Amino acid sequence: MTMMLLDANGDMSRCTPGVHHTDVGTRHGTHSDVCGRRAGEGAWARQGSSYDESVADLESPEVEWARRLLAGDAGAFTPFVESFQSKVFQYTWLMCAQREDAEEVAQDTLLKVFESFDQLRDPRLVKAWVFRIAKNYCLMKRRRSVYAPERELSLDELMPGPDSDGSALASRVPDNAALPEHQLLQAELGHELRAALSALPESYRSVVLLRDVEELSTAEAAEVLELSQDVVKQRLHRGRLALRKRLAGYLQASGEKSV
Amino acid sequence: MKNSEPERHAHGPADASCREVFERLSEYLDGELTPADCAHIDEHIRDCPPCVAFLESLRSCIHISHSLLAEQPASRPLPADVREKLEAAWQAALQRRGA
Repeated sequence: MTMMLLDANGDMSRCTPGVHHTDVGTRHGTHSDVCGRRAGEGAWARQGSSYDESVADLESPEVEWARRLLAGDAGAFTPFVESFQSKVFQYTWLMCAQREDAEEVAQDTLLKVFESFDQLRDPRLVKAWVFRIAKNYCLMKRRRSVYAPERELSLDELMPGPDSDGSALASRVPDNAALPEHQLLQAELGHELRAALSALPESYRSVVLLRDVEELSTAEAAEVLELSQDVVKQRLHRGRLALRKRLAGYLQASGEKSV
Repeated sequence: MKNSEPERHAHGPADASCREVFERLSEYLDGELTPADCAHIDEHIRDCPPCVAFLESLRSCIHISHSLLAEQPASRPLPADVREKLEAAWQAALQRRGA
């Protein structure tokens, strides 16, 4: 298995990393304010063409567990299994929409991972490696009946309308954690979000899940999905726009009902 | 409009500069643009409330996606026999690696 195809996008220079973009649009910050790295993002995405050895201390626990497992440390077995069982189940649950399928895929994935563990040359690649195996099992397991037909998302259909300033979503959901009294709304929003996700073409859904839920970097997601980083970025943007459009409409409608 | 102000664009989806920004907002939020491209968008949104509002709404959507989609039902614990299979497979892989 080849695991080093991570740099299809070349060595792009990036905006200042290290600042999370929590204040976008509220204070019109400079690029260092808004162009922060994603929480949990790996070194591949931040550094472009080559893995950055200087960020070894920032590696995820999974990397350390993989390294210990390769060295025969049985103490890393349980945390590794539990972590990836949870992550893979979450991904496959949202991809397959069937609990039984998701659990089976998670088990099959873990078994394949350990059967071929001697092929993992670099523990820093473990996350992309595991998700790539999960993705392949998902494809084998998928049930066409619950999948939206494959199609391309057009930017034109995702542009805001002439009467929309795009603020409805932001103004109605300023901070999930700050609104405990709106748990019902959150539950409805979660239901709508899952429906919107299910309606996405599979190729977009997978990118959104890997990037925005599992927090893989662009390079890692490209490796998992065997796509170029440019394609991952394009699908991520269009997938996000499609979700935003659907949620904005839902929130506007629910707001009107409550008036 | 004061004469000293920079030339304003029309603002909105029909405007070419807004569309250019619109196409790159995810890369902007993810910190994946070059500093020059990032500065270009900074410059644009400084004078474009619709793009700022859209940017905020997209950021909210990403936040909601992460927080709500991550709240999936937990997977049931692995059956003991499956766990034993995994451990046996790992041990076998270690032996091959050491061989």
